[in-house]
Amino acid sequence: MTDRPLTRNIGPDRTPTDLAAYELNGGYRGLRKAITAMSPADCLEMVKESNLRGRGGAGFPTGLKWSFVPMGEKAGPGHKYLIANADEMEPGTFKDRLLMECDPHQLIEGMIVAAYTIQADVAYIFLRAEYFDAERQLRAAIAACYEKGYLGDNILGTDYRLDMYVHSSAGRYICGEETALINSLEGKRANPRAKPPFPQVSGLWGRPTIVNNVETLCNIHHIIERGADWFQSLGKGEDSGTKLFGVSGRVKNPGCWELPMGTPVREILEVHAGGMEDGYKLRGFLPGGGSTDFLTEAHLDLPMDYDVIGKAGSRMGTGTMIILDDHTCPVGMVKNLVEFFARESCGFCTPCRDGLPWSAQVLDDIESGNGLPEDMATLQKQARFIGAIGNTHCALAPGAMEPLNSAMKYFREDFERHIEGKHCPYREPENRP
Amino acid sequence: MATIYVDGQAYDVKDGDNLLQAILGLGLDLPYFCWHPAMGSIGACRQCAVVQYQNEEDTRGRIVMGCMTPVADGARFSLQGEAAREFRSTIIEALMLNHPHDCPVCAEGGECHLQDMTVMAGHRDRHYRGRKNTHRNQYLGPLINHEMNRCITCYRCVRFYNDYAGGTDLSAQASRDHTYFGRQTDGVLESEFAGNLVEVCPTGVFTDKTLVNDYTRKWDLQSAPSVCVNCALGCNTMPGERYGKLKRIHNRFNKAVNGYFLCDRGRYGGNFVNSDKRLDYPGLRQADQTYKAVGQSEAIERITEHWGDGRAVAAIGSPRASLESNYLLQKLVGAGNFNPGLSDREFKLIDSICQILRCSKALSPSMSQVEQADAVLILGEDVTNTAPRLALSLRQSVRNKATELGEQIGLQYWQDAALRTLAQDRNSPLFIAAVADTRLDDIAEQTVSLAPDDIARLGLAIAAQLDPAKTTGNGLDDPLRELAATIAAALKNARQPLIVSGTGCQNLAVIQAAARIAEALTNTERTAMLSYCLPEANSLGGALLCASGNYPSLAELTERAATGQIETLLVMENELYRRGTAAEITALLDGVTQLVVIDALDSRTLSRSDIALPADSYFESEGTLINSEGRAQRYYPVIPAKAGQQASWQWLAALGDKLGAWETGAYRHFDQVTSDCAADHAPLAEIVKAGPDHHFRDHGLKVPRQPHRYSGRTAMRANVSVHEPKQPIDGETPLAFTMEGAQPSGLMAFSWSPGWNSNQSVHKFQSEVAGPLVNGCPGVRLIEPGEGLTDMSAAVEPAAAGEPGSLLLVPLYRIYGSEELSVQSPAIAELAGNAFIQLHPSDATRLGVADGDGLVVNHIEAPSLEVRLNSSLAVGCAGFPVGYAGTENLVAGQRVTCRKAANWTPLRADSAAVIATDQGGGHV
Amino acid sequence: MKQANLISALSDRELADIDKEIAHAPYRCAVAIDALKIVQQYRGWVSDESLRALANYLEMSAEELEGIATFYNLIFRKPVGEKVILVCDSVSCWIKDSDKITRQIAEKLGIGLGETTPDGQYTLLPVTCLGACDCAPVLMVGEKLHKNLDGDKIDKLFSAGDSAVVKLGEEP
Repeated sequence: MTDRPLTRNIGPDRTPTDLAAYELNGGYRGLRKAITAMSPADCLEMVKESNLRGRGGAGFPTGLKWSFVPMGEKAGPGHKYLIANADEMEPGTFKDRLLMECDPHQLIEGMIVAAYTIQADVAYIFLRAEYFDAERQLRAAIAACYEKGYLGDNILGTDYRLDMYVHSSAGRYICGEETALINSLEGKRANPRAKPPFPQVSGLWGRPTIVNNVETLCNIHHIIERGADWFQSLGKGEDSGTKLFGVSGRVKNPGCWELPMGTPVREILEVHAGGMEDGYKLRGFLPGGGSTDFLTEAHLDLPMDYDVIGKAGSRMGTGTMIILDDHTCPVGMVKNLVEFFARESCGFCTPCRDGLPWSAQVLDDIESGNGLPEDMATLQKQARFIGAIGNTHCALAPGAMEPLNSAMKYFREDFERHIEGKHCPYREPENRP
Repeated sequence: MATIYVDGQAYDVKDGDNLLQAILGLGLDLPYFCWHPAMGSIGACRQCAVVQYQNEEDTRGRIVMGCMTPVADGARFSLQGEAAREFRSTIIEALMLNHPHDCPVCAEGGECHLQDMTVMAGHRDRHYRGRKNTHRNQYLGPLINHEMNRCITCYRCVRFYNDYAGGTDLSAQASRDHTYFGRQTDGVLESEFAGNLVEVCPTGVFTDKTLVNDYTRKWDLQSAPSVCVNCALGCNTMPGERYGKLKRIHNRFNKAVNGYFLCDRGRYGGNFVNSDKRLDYPGLRQADQTYKAVGQSEAIERITEHWGDGRAVAAIGSPRASLESNYLLQKLVGAGNFNPGLSDREFKLIDSICQILRCSKALSPSMSQVEQADAVLILGEDVTNTAPRLALSLRQSVRNKATELGEQIGLQYWQDAALRTLAQDRNSPLFIAAVADTRLDDIAEQTVSLAPDDIARLGLAIAAQLDPAKTTGNGLDDPLRELAATIAAALKNARQPLIVSGTGCQNLAVIQAAARIAEALTNTERTAMLSYCLPEANSLGGALLCASGNYPSLAELTERAATGQIETLLVMENELYRRGTAAEITALLDGVTQLVVIDALDSRTLSRSDIALPADSYFESEGTLINSEGRAQRYYPVIPAKAGQQASWQWLAALGDKLGAWETGAYRHFDQVTSDCAADHAPLAEIVKAGPDHHFRDHGLKVPRQPHRYSGRTAMRANVSVHEPKQPIDGETPLAFTMEGAQPSGLMAFSWSPGWNSNQSVHKFQSEVAGPLVNGCPGVRLIEPGEGLTDMSAAVEPAAAGEPGSLLLVPLYRIYGSEELSVQSPAIAELAGNAFIQLHPSDATRLGVADGDGLVVNHIEAPSLEVRLNSSLAVGCAGFPVGYAGTENLVAGQRVTCRKAANWTPLRADSAAVIATDQGGGHV
Repeated sequence: MKQANLISALSDRELADIDKEIAHAPYRCAVAIDALKIVQQYRGWVSDESLRALANYLEMSAEELEGIATFYNLIFRKPVGEKVILVCDSVSCWIKDSDKITRQIAEKLGIGLGETTPDGQYTLLPVTCLGACDCAPVLMVGEKLHKNLDGDKIDKLFSAGDSAVVKLGEEP
């Protein structure tokens, strides 16, 4: 049977795992090993070797990210911070909720080890507001950990101390951007910050800070406990470990599964998600959430590896796919996405704040039958304008352009049919199942 | 230096600057919005995009923001490449999606950075077909108009208002394309620097309300290089005129002085020149006490009729009049009969500051040098209210800590947001000892409220810490001793420590203590800075004119008058009732036979005159002022003098001619007065360099006061007469009443450059972006560090014994209200509010009074004053607002007993809550 | 005195909760968002009066706090209904016809998105992907997530008896 460390405590009924059950199943062994038998440098080395890459969407090597945190004297006086990015809001993404609601201790253990590695003394879980169950689970789990000596002073009898807090957010997708998240955690407007300096050097309250995705952190103590080689061996392809993959849309069995990295798209879609609903055909899919480029049937046999999906013209993102079927209007879908991103813009930089509503307006015109032939050129121009990281202050708007850009590539005739026919062909009854 | 390549061309630029700065510095155009030369970069608008190539082989490159990209040797960029141009034109088109395109009715029209950048970035056709977002506007007080629909969300307003100027009542609200910049509710903007929003906002969201209410486009404004007369800092201004009226005042860049910003007193206070109280013609008092208007020569004739009659003539000059006018007055009556126009107490303070600055080894800093200070002690001064623009510079100085921290992780000084994040609340140390809370307390490491004598004691204790050879501070309790040690240590640690003091406490010992600290800090490694806040535009000039010490005090003049020794007293540009109690001044004036008053505005003194002569203001005349730094600066007339009026020095020149005081015509020209003044007074020898004389020509032409597009000149008076009047000839100054000619950078009457119609064009006149003007910083410094103070004695006089339970009167200055001229501007008067008396709650309890009650100050002829409690006021003190009606007879340093007023009704029902600074805190 | 009045606009329970947050924050104003949520938890929304009182208590300006409060979509600066209905309108739910669901609810309640029923019972708001895309379409009422919605479920959920009384049903 495949080793699935992340969901080993998560049963089909999704009953939350309490501390006793978690410990019984080997919980906090990784922490004990790290904190009593390994130096922070050892831990960092092991995470680096494991080739763990960030599970939040960007896929940045976790060990490398941590290695930028100044250690010892270099850090200067004051706190260092570890933050779990639990602000899961990427459209079509539903994996961190599962991890937090069903196995809160796994996240906490991962966080303590991560914090120990970078020698952070304060940790936050930045949780989206609507995850009430997760908040209850996490708060209870943290309280249990303080009681048990996994948090607070002298953790497991060592000199190491760590405080951990849950911050329940107040909405806004942009808080998922790590520097916007930091601003929000400081009680400010969640405008992303200019980089450099990166949070590793100047983050929360201007102090060294690491922000990692929930799923990323859930892996840490498993790596420490079982070794980098073990972790690497979990992946089927180039990337290490397992990952929570999900499928939503018109499939028979939408859901979320822990599978080896490198699992082919087709297997995820056809085996785990049960294939398309009867009467629906696949037209394309966003491989990792709402801000990734469309891929099509031609890409079904690709393994879900960061670089492979990247080379195919998209991104693995969060690994939760959204399926476009043949009865759903691609223009409408892209319009939904662009309107979403326009609404979620923080309002800081022009291409995002004003460019996205502009694109949304053009898409709305096209979708509602008011498009003009030159609108395609306008959209192309906007996609160029907004679409490159560096053109904008953060990655939100370029992410929004990914589905639009690729939709214009793969579904161009749909756009043209809207414009020429002056209506949305998918609204006709024969196109409804 | 770094060599960069822009569109294939190699340029040398300053290493570490950002690319936008570098490109503008090269004279190339690159559009931008959010970047500001004084505020640095945040990368919000994305307008200054260029393409950067990795190397010579790279032909695609990638878009980068000029303002966020440090220049490095060998870096390759393209400004004009198609990708960069397309990106920039799309940015501006996106920025304009919701803009109302209401340029014809917008006060910014014609000098709008957004208009300029729209053209520069190449946006012409509008493709957006959606609806525009709209916003509700707010009432922001009498100074600023708010029109949010024009906003392009560049964040400059909040960055200036909050980050740069320390304001708290303006914020970015909501988000995405609904982002709103305003207050929480309608209300007066609290910051003393809010008026800068008019120039900081790249479009017409924040406009000058006083201009909007009586509007003229920039291109129709006649201007001249001017200097603000509303405090002693001498900020450089550009007053704009149309139809004989001042329409608005804009900032005139001077790197050393005000940089890009003015305070609101300066921006709006110059409006007194439009006042109904202006004198139009010379007036002779009639038997029925009314004045009869006469011609200039008749007035002169009448004065000379009774001039001496064998007895003495005396004159009182003015710290708000030009050096030239004061000089000529002194020359006319002789130094022994000339008082510089200060009360004896005031003169003692200013004279000792003048002596200290000339002798001390410490440097009297310009405001740009103040911004370099890495540790500051403010001794006895509420800087925001006595020298407002200096407070803005002090606010920048504490950010040197952030710059220093940034350097450690490779951040440049212009990476504004990153530096603020990194530094958080870590500031360079700034300490304040004052009689009450001040508007800089938020950036202070420690503050302490003390009575003036105790401030001096603290100062002496600090000096003693720094110079242990001297004795320790006397009479300090332990917490203060500790504070003195802390402050001394911080100052000692600094490379460029700064001591700020001044006349704000009206206490000589405070001034001397500050000097001793600065002197003790100055050694071979470091020159300390010592900055004194002075009360008026030419306070220091007056003191330098009387540096010989041969002058009569006001008391002496009163004595002479009382004994019938003074036939004629000539008072120039001075409201004497601000210089002493009513009884004192009346005693003086009653004793003279003939009182001649020259002034621009009616006043209580003027109403006592036998002959009143109308003076030109800064708006119609030329003059030299010495600011508190010791910098001589020249202001030039914006418009010709009106019939009947002339500059004070011209009245005096004519009078002297008539009296044969000098060779007839010796002072026909301003320049003659200046050069004689320089020749007669060694400390003023350099003033001839304060600005070019009337011979100045730029490419053979005088400097135009009118922009090239100045319109309707021939028809301006068509409603009066169809005959086109000949343009006035200006023989006195380097300027002309024409449109022809260029703007030499030191004499800019307006800032304008092809394609750059707004004040953002100023970089075209700078030697480097944000650096000094091409011709240097206008003005000339007269005072440099000296040999050292010979007399280091400074003693706190034993406190005057008061009756038990008496309170010490301490002066409180108010930015709006304390200054004589600015308060004649309606907008400033609206903000000034009524007189009050501040008490510490414990004293109030003792007296049985509460907030809003009336207080009678016993033994002094004064109306009851409204009590305002201030828990930050030193205990045992009663603070009164200087210069307010109702407080004229209160004298700082006096001990008074007070009691609750019976039947108290406030002077005006709406007097409360006009100025935030006078409230105990909170915004509602 | 002014300050005392302002703070008394906050209840003791609110102040106690806020103080707990302040205890582990480096600056008082750092807890702005937590504090806004606390006030909202007790009062349903954040009034001008509460906002100013809170700003005062956190030693920040009302403007700064307003800038924060209006940034976050789950801080309500207008009164909302007893129950706030958050309908997911993100892509996975949209594919599963969430717009029809929204229309259906809107019709039942007689309000549009962003509006509150006249009886003050319900406020209908769109919300970002609720992270339950495998059960799309979904919505939240209060803290409860309702999954796999369709026309029937909505009918049951908002079982309309008397047109004046619209009651929240339990998920079947």
